[in-house]
Amino acid sequence: MDMGTFRGLITLVLLIAFLGLVWWAYSKRRKPDFDEAANLPFADDDEQPSRGKPTSPQDKADSRHDRGDKNT
Amino acid sequence: MSTAIEHPTYNYKVVRQFAIMTVVWGIVGMTIGVILAAQLVWPELNLGLPWTSFGRLRPLHTNAVIFAFGGSALFATSYYVVQRTCQTRLFSDKLAAFTFWGWQAVILSAVVTLPLGYTTTKEYAELEWPINILIAVVWVTYALIFLMTIKQRKTSHIYVANWFFASFILTIAVLHIVNNAAIPVTAMYSTSIYAGTIDAMVQWWYGHNAVGFFLTAGFLGMMYYFVPKQAERPVYSYRLSIVHFWALIMVYMWAGPHHLHYTALPNWAQSLGMVMSIILLAPSWGGMINGMMTLSGAWHKLRTDPTLRFLVVALSFYGMSTFEGPMMAVKTVNALSHYTDWTIGHVHAGALGWVAMITIGSMYHLIPRLFGRTEMHSVNLIAVHFWLATIGTVLYIASMWVNGILQGLMWRAINPDGTLMYTFVEAVEASAPGYFVRLVGGLFWVTGMLIMAYNVYRTIKRNEAISQQPAPQAA
Repeated sequence: MDMGTFRGLITLVLLIAFLGLVWWAYSKRRKPDFDEAANLPFADDDEQPSRGKPTSPQDKADSRHDRGDKNT
Repeated sequence: MSTAIEHPTYNYKVVRQFAIMTVVWGIVGMTIGVILAAQLVWPELNLGLPWTSFGRLRPLHTNAVIFAFGGSALFATSYYVVQRTCQTRLFSDKLAAFTFWGWQAVILSAVVTLPLGYTTTKEYAELEWPINILIAVVWVTYALIFLMTIKQRKTSHIYVANWFFASFILTIAVLHIVNNAAIPVTAMYSTSIYAGTIDAMVQWWYGHNAVGFFLTAGFLGMMYYFVPKQAERPVYSYRLSIVHFWALIMVYMWAGPHHLHYTALPNWAQSLGMVMSIILLAPSWGGMINGMMTLSGAWHKLRTDPTLRFLVVALSFYGMSTFEGPMMAVKTVNALSHYTDWTIGHVHAGALGWVAMITIGSMYHLIPRLFGRTEMHSVNLIAVHFWLATIGTVLYIASMWVNGILQGLMWRAINPDGTLMYTFVEAVEASAPGYFVRLVGGLFWVTGMLIMAYNVYRTIKRNEAISQQPAPQAA
């Protein structure tokens, strides 16, 4: 096999690998897993590590649901 | 800092150290940039000394903003994000401390050796071989800490931001070691083991992937954590983020030859670099759209949250410069733009608009949380900083577009008899107004960074004041 054919085959293999990846990523079966992964940044929401009580009114005001509008 | 609140699980100390040095090195690096911009308007400002001449300060500027400012930001955010999304402590506190002090030692040695004139002459890889060995040791330690932290994670998934951070860390290790392979001649002089055109190709394989992995993949890792966090909703499409990741890292590797259009590099390699650069538009915009769409249903937050504004405008500049880049990689466009100020403008659209803005947005989210707060001292000062940075970037890139196209057209203008219409110095003279506008843009940026430093200082101080009062204890 000459170098040109080899390079062509490598390109083909990479193309198939990429299309396979897209098919895998968009398959229905992966959806629940990905939803879980997408929420990982919020799985560990202890914004006030040392204040201990996450239910105090202070911390409630800082919760992620109203934080954006609190900046007025 | 000793009174700062310790997190029970995570190592926040090293994150705090890197976060503060991000602000410090940002000010230092950008101030050197402003000095250089002023030297191009008033050349006497080089003071007639070798140590303060443009040629020696320029690599100091690029090293300071990319590796000191950008590098510290990447260390801080990657250490923070990997702990938060893997819900585990960093692999080793001692090794993490070593990466902090080792990295600061690398930066300080750059601050000393570059003005003294020690350089390998390779752009973005100017540091000489003893420093390169230190960089390699620190970087491999960084990779070890990061990957071992992922390995001991308490979650089942590896969040997409960590994929980007991991690819950035591994690729930079490979790029740095391959491109800096050299034969030491004296204590501060070495020659590359590659010769001629191959040396040039290895250098730009390194150079463009430093852009692709250090300044893109690493900061995309930041984007995938801090944009969802600040917008308070998960990323628009996790599937798209996976396709984005693999497409980006598969294609970026091949784009380097566009730095060597119309040189001794074989023509097929130049064309390959051009085609791969154009393909690169697709993954780049996929990532940008994914970040932008994360805000769907939350756009109103931009009205009140200047931190989110930093992150979103960073994505806009990312989209703009990843369109401009492929366009400039087209050979016919490159024939006009190469070696002109257009290139400098393009780099700064990415470096100020994307890298610095996403960093600053992330820091405004990160720094209060590292010191036990949820808000910076002053949200209004963040808004002021945002406008200074945005206007500064626009002034910078607009003036460089004008200068670049002006220079490109003047250089190629020919009289009917085939002689050049303009001398080189005439093009330099015509560039003077653009250089002045660029200086103003740079001053906007440094002013913004100084405001950030004040805001960060007050945020830390206020935290110390609070922690000295007896904490209200619930029964």
